[in-house]
Amino acid sequence: MVDILDLGAVEARVALDAGEISAVELASAYIAAAEETSGLNNYVALTAEHALEMAAASDARIAKGEAGLLEGVPIGVKDLFCTAGYSSTACSNILAGFTPTYESTVTANLWREGGVMLGKLNCDEFAMGSANETSAYGPAINPWQAADGADLVPGGSSGGSASAVAARSALLATGTDTGGSIRQPAAFCGVVGLKPTYGRCSRWGIVAFASSLDQAGPFSRKVADNALMMQAMAGFDPKDSTSADVPLQELSAAVTLGVRGMKIGIPSEYVLDGMDPEVVTIWQQGQDWLRAAGAELVDISLPHTKYALPTYYIIAPAEASSNLARYDGVRYGKRVEAESLDEMYALTRAEGFGEEVQRRIMIGTYVLSAGYYDAYYLKAQRVRRLIRNDFDTAFETVDAILTPATPSAAFPVGRKVDDPVTNFLNDVFTVPANLAGLPGMAVPAGMNGDGLPLGLQLLARPFDEATLYAAGQVLEDAAGFVANPTRRAGGVS
Amino acid sequence: MTSNLVRGATGDWEVVIGLEVHAQVSSNAKLFSGASATFGADPNQNVSLVDAAMPGMLPVINHECVRQAVRTGLGLRADINLVSVFDRKNYFYADLPQGYQISQFKQPIVGEGKLRIDLPDGSSRNIGIERLHLEQDAGKSMHDQHPSKSYIDLNRTGVALMEIVSRPDMRSSIEAASYVRKLRSIMRYLGTCDGNMEEGSLRADVNVSVRRPGEALGTRTETKNLNSLRFIQQAIDFEVVRQIEILEDSGEIDQETRLFDTTTGTTRTMRSKEDAHDYRYFPDPDLLPLVISQDEVDELAAALPELPDQIKDRLTGDYGLSAYDAAVITEERETALFYEAASQQHDRKLVANWMTVELFGALNKSGQTLAECKVTPKRLGGLVGLISDGTISGKIAKDVFAVMFETGGDAANIVEEKGLKQVSDSGAIEALIDAVIAANEDKVAEYRAGKDKLFGFFVGQVMKKSGGQANPGIVNQILRTRLDGGG
Repeated sequence: MVDILDLGAVEARVALDAGEISAVELASAYIAAAEETSGLNNYVALTAEHALEMAAASDARIAKGEAGLLEGVPIGVKDLFCTAGYSSTACSNILAGFTPTYESTVTANLWREGGVMLGKLNCDEFAMGSANETSAYGPAINPWQAADGADLVPGGSSGGSASAVAARSALLATGTDTGGSIRQPAAFCGVVGLKPTYGRCSRWGIVAFASSLDQAGPFSRKVADNALMMQAMAGFDPKDSTSADVPLQELSAAVTLGVRGMKIGIPSEYVLDGMDPEVVTIWQQGQDWLRAAGAELVDISLPHTKYALPTYYIIAPAEASSNLARYDGVRYGKRVEAESLDEMYALTRAEGFGEEVQRRIMIGTYVLSAGYYDAYYLKAQRVRRLIRNDFDTAFETVDAILTPATPSAAFPVGRKVDDPVTNFLNDVFTVPANLAGLPGMAVPAGMNGDGLPLGLQLLARPFDEATLYAAGQVLEDAAGFVANPTRRAGGVS
Repeated sequence: MTSNLVRGATGDWEVVIGLEVHAQVSSNAKLFSGASATFGADPNQNVSLVDAAMPGMLPVINHECVRQAVRTGLGLRADINLVSVFDRKNYFYADLPQGYQISQFKQPIVGEGKLRIDLPDGSSRNIGIERLHLEQDAGKSMHDQHPSKSYIDLNRTGVALMEIVSRPDMRSSIEAASYVRKLRSIMRYLGTCDGNMEEGSLRADVNVSVRRPGEALGTRTETKNLNSLRFIQQAIDFEVVRQIEILEDSGEIDQETRLFDTTTGTTRTMRSKEDAHDYRYFPDPDLLPLVISQDEVDELAAALPELPDQIKDRLTGDYGLSAYDAAVITEERETALFYEAASQQHDRKLVANWMTVELFGALNKSGQTLAECKVTPKRLGGLVGLISDGTISGKIAKDVFAVMFETGGDAANIVEEKGLKQVSDSGAIEALIDAVIAANEDKVAEYRAGKDKLFGFFVGQVMKKSGGQANPGIVNQILRTRLDGGG
């Protein structure tokens, strides 16, 4: 008998339309899977009843021949997205009990295309973190285990999303990526994650972290499923002034295009001192696969890469310090009562925000302060321009760029880190795409010696997601990544 | 022009004033949200998700507000910046839901311009405009509704304001008031701000310093949020006296923000320079730079109405009106239009006189606005026409006008019905004069003995006898002959 959880999204759509399975059956299986794997703490709210209602409605539409792109497909939603009538907290205490009356544009697009909402997924508080350890709900766990059985982080900030898709407790999931928050957890959990071009997906209704960097994107187990979800969630939105009115390519068709004749850039600056040799090996492997499929590999230089992390850790906190000012205890969310307004602010924000969020608010406040603005924020914006120029120059000669997704595989939960900068290094390969506004995809490419997944990253020109899906599919086919995590629903296959 | 210098105990001082005026943009919706921008709704009725800064909400520019800012810039003969940038001004306050105000800091939509002010002595001069930028208004905190709580009304939150910053070019409180009056007038002509100071549509922050004539600028204070011309003048006058006293007492002026107390007419410290906020301005990453095309600017420029300065120049030049009358008539567009229509076929100066004295006087007394007034421009012109052609005297015209003001009737009809036509027939007037002379023989004797000022008495008596209808010129002439000529 076919395990219903084995079906990819594209396959599930075929089975649903053919009447081989029903949306209610599919949703029920995923609800059961989420309950079974609840120890992974990747859901912060399972909306089972709502899911079954949506699934029943999907079955009715399928019966009438009115199925949408994602009709009946169960989807988990990162808690950063506002979902009407369902608690949306960005995994922060300061938004405890907050239930929006409105639906984010991206999730509304998914539901319009028939997607079934399973629940809200764990993430780092306000998407600030690379291990899902800053969540007010506690860490989400990677379904892949260390050789010694220790819990591993799923990456972050969209850790719950990557964990759930890998654990088969969501068929698809939404994430957001500000500095790698989709691609890094995708790589850590062995799934596919896309950060679209800045402006592709509306930011309306998504709790803001850093407005000029934030971008929503899809998680899936397969490249083709990712393209299907992206096709449904992206689009111009007049409610987001930074949304781009650029027609979306035929993404599902793109996965069959291959890379023959494509020029793929290999940036010399992405070789780091002391990088995990297994990461270097898998990167080399990826290059060989693409060459074998007919691509031409080109050595390129992105000379300002080394400035990307410091630039990011100025711009992102600066924007965050301002974006998070609205969480003040006055209108919604947590409030700690006090004698004066200033004291109420201080107590509310001290109790409501976790340590990492407070750290970034303070960094951001500092770099925007009079006397420091020019030296930090303004300079960072200039460097950001140079980083973008690096890519513009590279894309004059190449169609895509291949890099490792992360400098290492997933690491243990609770790893003691004295210096927060060490954690920031997780984002070293992913941050440049955010600064430049480029689309990037993480694809599972193989395993390290400890049996943990490693991912590769593809980058492309702005608004050219199709090239990522074409090349991503080639990598997926070549890698033949079939290993399953220990703690996935349905047990070890 | 008279000197603006202020005499202190130790010599003369020059006053230096710059103004920052906040003018609410006339628009249906707020600057970045679709919520209504109308005044007077119940608290928190005009609040969108964006205004309340709910999580994930984003601003989208209301382009009509942009056009209003450009129109205003054009009216101020200012440079229009085709690319401008919205910045965030960060500070915490309960009536500022976002925790920042979206404003324009480094790159405003309108650059340098100038405004011609009309002074009470009839003179005019230009005041420099430094910039005009668009920004969001904040909400309202109400501290007097509950013993221990403050209430917040977010209706104003996000309403579009134009902040118009002058150069420190004004030298007296009268000039400052003239500046605000003219700015208000131009914006009302343009329809870009209703200028209603009582409702807070127009507020001014005044920067005041004093110096010895010819010396460098002194330290200034800023007095915030003045919402009437009278308060602006009071606050400046108070500051000038206060600052001169301190300086003449060898003290120093603190660069500070001050509050005006409307009940005492004095200012007091609100916060010192040391307590000044660090607003951490930076470009709002939720918004792209604001780009407008030269074509759109040209289109808006072509559609601008005639502005008060242009009309005033025509009134003083072609029509020969006094600068004062012209300034009064052109302050409001509807008044200017009324005047143009009323005076079109009549004595321009006489119509101006009738408008500024009789019509405005009657409106003032009755509390009506020009729009509510029953006297149409054509009928006021008709009344003036009857004076000009000698049909009625100016005195009778006042009675006719009173009836017109009451009923809206036509002057000629009223004169006809009430038989108020001026008597110019010398025979009839002579008869009246004879009667008056006969009844006052003693006074005639006194007059002829040299008491010249009695002449007025005789004129008065004749006019009275005629029921005011005798032509005063002819009465004068005949009386003179009869009394002086010994007949």
